[in-house]
Amino acid sequence: MTDASITDNPPPVQARRDIAPLLLVPALVIVSLPLVGSPASWLTLTVAGLAMGLMIFVMASGLTLTFGLMDVLNFGHGAFIAVGAFVAASVMLAMGPWMASDSLWLNLAAVAPAVLAAMALSGALGWGFERVIVKPVYGQHLKQILVTMGGLIVAEQLLKVVWGPDQITLTRPPALRGAFIIGDVAIEKYRVLAVAVGLVVFVAMQLVLSRTRIGLLVRAGVENSEMVEALGYRIRRVFVGVFVVGSALAGLGGALWALYQETVTAAIGAQVMVLIFIVIIIGGLGSVGGCFVGALLVGLVANYVGFLAPKVALGSNILLMALILLWRPQGLYPVAKR
Amino acid sequence: MSAVLRAVLSDDLPRSRWLAAALIVIVVALALAPFLFPGAKSLNVAVKICVFIVLAASYDLLLGYTGIVSFAHTMFFGIGGYGVAIALARLSPDWGTVALGTLAGVAIAVVLAALIGLFSLRVRTIFFAMITLAVASAFAILASQLSGITGGEDGLNYRVPEALRPAFRLFDADVLGVTINGRIVAYYLVFVVSLALVLAMMRVVNSPFGRVLMAIRENAFRAEAIGYRTVVYRTIASCIAAAAAAMAGVLLALWLRHTGPDTTLSFDLMVDILLMVVIGGMGTIYGAVLGATVLILAQNYLQDAMAAASQATAGVPLLANLLHPDRWLLWLGLLFILCVYFFPTGIVGRLRSLGARTSAG
Repeated sequence: MTDASITDNPPPVQARRDIAPLLLVPALVIVSLPLVGSPASWLTLTVAGLAMGLMIFVMASGLTLTFGLMDVLNFGHGAFIAVGAFVAASVMLAMGPWMASDSLWLNLAAVAPAVLAAMALSGALGWGFERVIVKPVYGQHLKQILVTMGGLIVAEQLLKVVWGPDQITLTRPPALRGAFIIGDVAIEKYRVLAVAVGLVVFVAMQLVLSRTRIGLLVRAGVENSEMVEALGYRIRRVFVGVFVVGSALAGLGGALWALYQETVTAAIGAQVMVLIFIVIIIGGLGSVGGCFVGALLVGLVANYVGFLAPKVALGSNILLMALILLWRPQGLYPVAKR
Repeated sequence: MSAVLRAVLSDDLPRSRWLAAALIVIVVALALAPFLFPGAKSLNVAVKICVFIVLAASYDLLLGYTGIVSFAHTMFFGIGGYGVAIALARLSPDWGTVALGTLAGVAIAVVLAALIGLFSLRVRTIFFAMITLAVASAFAILASQLSGITGGEDGLNYRVPEALRPAFRLFDADVLGVTINGRIVAYYLVFVVSLALVLAMMRVVNSPFGRVLMAIRENAFRAEAIGYRTVVYRTIASCIAAAAAAMAGVLLALWLRHTGPDTTLSFDLMVDILLMVVIGGMGTIYGAVLGATVLILAQNYLQDAMAAASQATAGVPLLANLLHPDRWLLWLGLLFILCVYFFPTGIVGRLRSLGARTSAG
């Protein structure tokens, strides 16, 4: 009898699904149409904004999860992005002929191992970073910020030792260059790829988090890690896993970003970190869904404002963050326990 | 005599013979720098040490005393510098203009610090670190974009009041073999104002207000429970720090006669300040003094040593790169991490425990 009464109750989380933040993205897209004026450039800007937003999401998702799970704010996350960018660039430069070939498949055959190598190395570095740098300072925010900042400084310098202080120029393979022309709308091919990769990462992450046992543990850990430990799971192990995956995703994002910018410098990580922080603050620290919405908002706003008033482009993101925090001081999707 | 010293140091004595000796050496060397180390480069280094001592001490007020991490400290430094620079570039180069620029810069810095503080310290201190990082980078970009006002990437060059120019002579005769020209007057202006600012900050941190800040650092929840509005105290602390940083910016602007993004706003400077405070010792103004001195000296002279080492190991592929003079930050970064883990009290803490052990034994 008691069993039946439990299953009769609707699950409380799904009952109150909060969709107001989700509506922000289409609202922003629609509002910007009259501001931009021409529908063709509006569509181009929207795709560019989505591509940028999804690339930032790929980089930021790991950071927000590690924060949600273990209350660790990793200022050194940018180092993984930079490592990913450098590794991908070196692999692609080494595969010169395949990169230069006109065949889409040969191009992808050069890009795929580069991206995989970037993810593997960033993931491995993430594991080392967690063990050596982060582990001794769990639960101490001040020291975490300082130590991970120190890690970022050292990593940036080591990158310069290994790859030299100059920036690396990278050209996109021919199949990813140029744009699809539909009517008078031009949509860059690479942006479509970036959107696709970003969506795949997001959907895969949501599936893992909502459909698998490990995802259940991660979500439970974000809600209340002590209770998960009390139930006999080693939350630290889950955390190390999440940290490694997050670092690998940062590497993937770095590789995507490097191909997008077509130049790689050691400062790449520190540059993108600003956007990433804005995104995870907007989204609510620890929330993947919020991070996704925040990333899209930031990408779109940056592109629209960059078109309408180029001088205030980065300022616009700060303004966006201020407005969202006025509306919801803890971010779009606050994580319950904090 | 000792009572006067106590009053000047706000009752916060070095409490270690070694630390006292180091501080005396630094102060005397800086006070006599134009006579002890003549030459343009060493005077430049001395000015930088003075300015960065103020900057690091004001940052320590936040990081060491209040326990909040800000990445916008160079922004306030830059606001002070640009305040004077813009005023001098637009108006006549006299002291009234300098006062006007200084006042405007400090006022803007304080208002901005109050806004950021009230906005982000209300929620969580960890927000403060991220939001200041974002705001500071936006400000740096803004400064380089608004080239009509700030001179963009090139920055501003301007004329300083006549008494600070190289052609000015304070005395007709040389003093101890050194011509007292406008540069030396400028140096002493920087030195005296820096000393005053450092002593003023020591007054602040050793006042009842400073005790509340430390209470917040140790346990914000408990401080709030006793009845102190932690948000208000943290915001006031960040305003005071911002004002002092802006003053440091004014001093550097008057000395360099040039203000640009590289000299005031770059993120590298922020990293330097962080290194100074942590390596010197958090939570004591003396730490900032030692840290700034050590770091500026390392920046200017360690590179020479590393260049020599790099030459010597030129045959070994990776090692030569590791010792390349441009990689000095790598080694200081490692030192920084080790300091955070093993010597959270920095050089000052080491010196004090050294003194305690010798006096006990």
